[in-house]
Amino acid sequence: MGWESWIIDTLKRALAYGTPLLWGTLGEIYAERAGVVNLGVEGMMILGALSAFAVAQSTGNPWLGILAASVVGGFAALIHAFFSVTLRANQYVSGLALTIFGLGLSGLLGTSWVGISLKNPLPKATIPGLERIPILGEALFRDHSYLTYIGIVLAVVLWFVLYKTRWGIAIRSVGESPSTADAMGIDVFAVQYLCVIFGGILAGVAGGFLSVEYRPAWTEGMTAGMGWIVIALTIFAAWDPLQAVGGVVLFGALYHLAYRLQAWFPPEFLKLMPYAFAILVLAVAGLRKVKRGAPASLGVPYVRGQR
Amino acid sequence: MAEKRTDAHPDSLASHQNVALLMRDITKVFPGVVANDKVTFELKVGEVHALLGENGAGKTTLMNILYGLYQADSGEIYLYGKRVRIRSPRDAIRHRIGMVHQHFKLVPRHTVAENVVLGLDGAPFLAPARAVEDEILQLGERYGLKVDPKAYIWQLSAGEQQRVEIIKALVRGADILILDEPTSVLTPQEVEELFKILARMREEGHSVIFITHKLDEVMEVSDRVTVMRRGKVVATLSTADVNKPTLAKMMVGREVVFRLKKVACERGQEALVVEDLWALSDRGLPALKGISFSVCRGEILGIAGVAGNGQKELVEVITGLRRATRGKVFVLGDEVTNENPRRIADKGVAHIPEERLKRGIVPEMSVAENLILKRHHRSPFCHGFFLNLRAVKRFAHHAIEEYAIMTPGPDTPAKLLSGGNIQRLILARELSGEPALVIAAHPTYGLDVGATEQIRQILLEQRRRGAAILLISEDLEELMSLADRIAVIFEGEIMGEVSPEAATLEEIGLMMAGEKRRVRR
Repeated sequence: MGWESWIIDTLKRALAYGTPLLWGTLGEIYAERAGVVNLGVEGMMILGALSAFAVAQSTGNPWLGILAASVVGGFAALIHAFFSVTLRANQYVSGLALTIFGLGLSGLLGTSWVGISLKNPLPKATIPGLERIPILGEALFRDHSYLTYIGIVLAVVLWFVLYKTRWGIAIRSVGESPSTADAMGIDVFAVQYLCVIFGGILAGVAGGFLSVEYRPAWTEGMTAGMGWIVIALTIFAAWDPLQAVGGVVLFGALYHLAYRLQAWFPPEFLKLMPYAFAILVLAVAGLRKVKRGAPASLGVPYVRGQR
Repeated sequence: MAEKRTDAHPDSLASHQNVALLMRDITKVFPGVVANDKVTFELKVGEVHALLGENGAGKTTLMNILYGLYQADSGEIYLYGKRVRIRSPRDAIRHRIGMVHQHFKLVPRHTVAENVVLGLDGAPFLAPARAVEDEILQLGERYGLKVDPKAYIWQLSAGEQQRVEIIKALVRGADILILDEPTSVLTPQEVEELFKILARMREEGHSVIFITHKLDEVMEVSDRVTVMRRGKVVATLSTADVNKPTLAKMMVGREVVFRLKKVACERGQEALVVEDLWALSDRGLPALKGISFSVCRGEILGIAGVAGNGQKELVEVITGLRRATRGKVFVLGDEVTNENPRRIADKGVAHIPEERLKRGIVPEMSVAENLILKRHHRSPFCHGFFLNLRAVKRFAHHAIEEYAIMTPGPDTPAKLLSGGNIQRLILARELSGEPALVIAAHPTYGLDVGATEQIRQILLEQRRRGAAILLISEDLEELMSLADRIAVIFEGEIMGEVSPEAATLEEIGLMMAGEKRRVRR
């Protein structure tokens, strides 16, 4: 195998594996930019994966599956928003509970779907013109899921909204200093609710991608720790949607390489990779001092009248 | 939505054309306190109206009600004779009311323009920050509020940040501007500039409410003054008709001694020596750049400076809470550089920290437990593994009495105490072992006149006893009346040292703004 096909293969697999990570990370970036940590990504993803598979299998339309996943993800996030924003519960505990709840519930409800392979998975697409670029064209623009392309466009749009629009200033201000936003007439609770729910919708789609495209079947716990990688990538990307794309590709490539190494290492090694990478990413993020980039009021419930 | 009623208010007060605002019989009860008790407040068009009172008198509560941050339990608000309901800051802004809070409501990591445009009605969806840049510059010209719209807030001085706050209100068309303790973070020169800006605003027809507890400012800047005490209005007067002692008496409810009696003290052994001290801030930037000084027993060395110029880091390095990257610290002749805090405390160093609630006490723990925090591991409070609760209680009763800590009892959680009583508790703990060196960081910050007076007396008493005192303060009057020498710190360097008798406020103010004193030793 030549180096060209090696690069193409790595990039291709990195994008495919990275797509759910990208969707999840973009969602978590918005939630955290509004000051709410949601550790329930894993739970929202797995619920999204199950509902996407169930709906796609029953209706025969994978897009309806993705839609269902986004709705379910959004509702799951609504639970987190209610506990952490309205009831001001500890955000970390509430998010962890959501993950455990999601994993448990999906395992329970999914038993009858286990072992069926999806008859009608999500189609792939090739972008005419761009695919002709040597090497990169084939790696980036040929035979990828629609969700991969949409995800990358979404990253650009979300970056633009965050930094160049009124909404963006409001969202970032809520995450940095909710009391300031409140004093300037921004509805802090509404912004936090919307961002958390938006994050849940994206996490749901991420999960749906897994079950109707990446591995078109339902298996219990099929997110396999991706939700945690999302949390790590959010930090790695310094809460910036564009940096998230880079982080996701890098991560996907690393994962692919580890997959290749399977021939020489036991299979447990591969299962370990996401967590090892998450720790590695956080260590690198720590060295890059991206901590300074964290929204200043991240994880702190807002109470009017307190400083 | 703000509800507007067209019927004119029957009260003759508000029917006057020149009344901008009338708040009538405002009552607000918080659990356990009546913050505002039937307060009536009137503001005329084009006046600067001082709202004077001690901390906890209810000034800020009243203004927070006007700005929609709190809802009054009863009472009415009239703007230009019309009754209004203000349920949120958004309502207040719509009624052309602006507020500059004591702790600025700014997002430090955003630019000036981004902060100004946040929540602004009518700002474009795309590139909103760029849209207000011109307006910021224009307002700057008109009112003397010079600030770069593209600068980040964290890069600005406190005075500049305050200007951003005023601009924010003006961009929203504020006719009535509320300033909550606006001078507490400014250098004397910046205060002068603020007063000029207020004069400009008055000329342009704005009405200004100026919350303060400083009498000099009331006399200098206001047309009228309303004095509040314990949630009630004592009086509203024309500033021309009053003087400082009268106001002080109204504010405190008794006569106040303005001058502290300071006995001459013998300078003793050097208790603290700092040599070429360097340290980094939390952000990893140099916060102390080669600081050297010494403090002797029986003297008070004051450190003057605007907050954030290295005072916090200096205190932390001396008390062992932050690493020095270079230089040495000696206490009573022994080197203690980068020793652990307990070892340094055991050498006889008392620390009265800047952030009372965060570093001075454990809020959830009882008064008695807080009182022994520093010595709980030693006799008589502890025998081996167990605490001697009887000794703890005895000590607590003694301390509560000696320092006049107002608390229901030694078992009350410390967080329920008022600011002044928390500070008394900290002093009781820190001074109980007769320390050789007292590090006092902003010891009277935010305290009312009575508590301030008492704490200053306690510090002078410690000096008389022979303690060396390092007093960090932003309050120049405090430094002038307490310190034997004043060193001025700016961006981590000592700009110079003066004696309070010889120096003028202007001279110190210039040094606080970074001008180095010509060496004349």
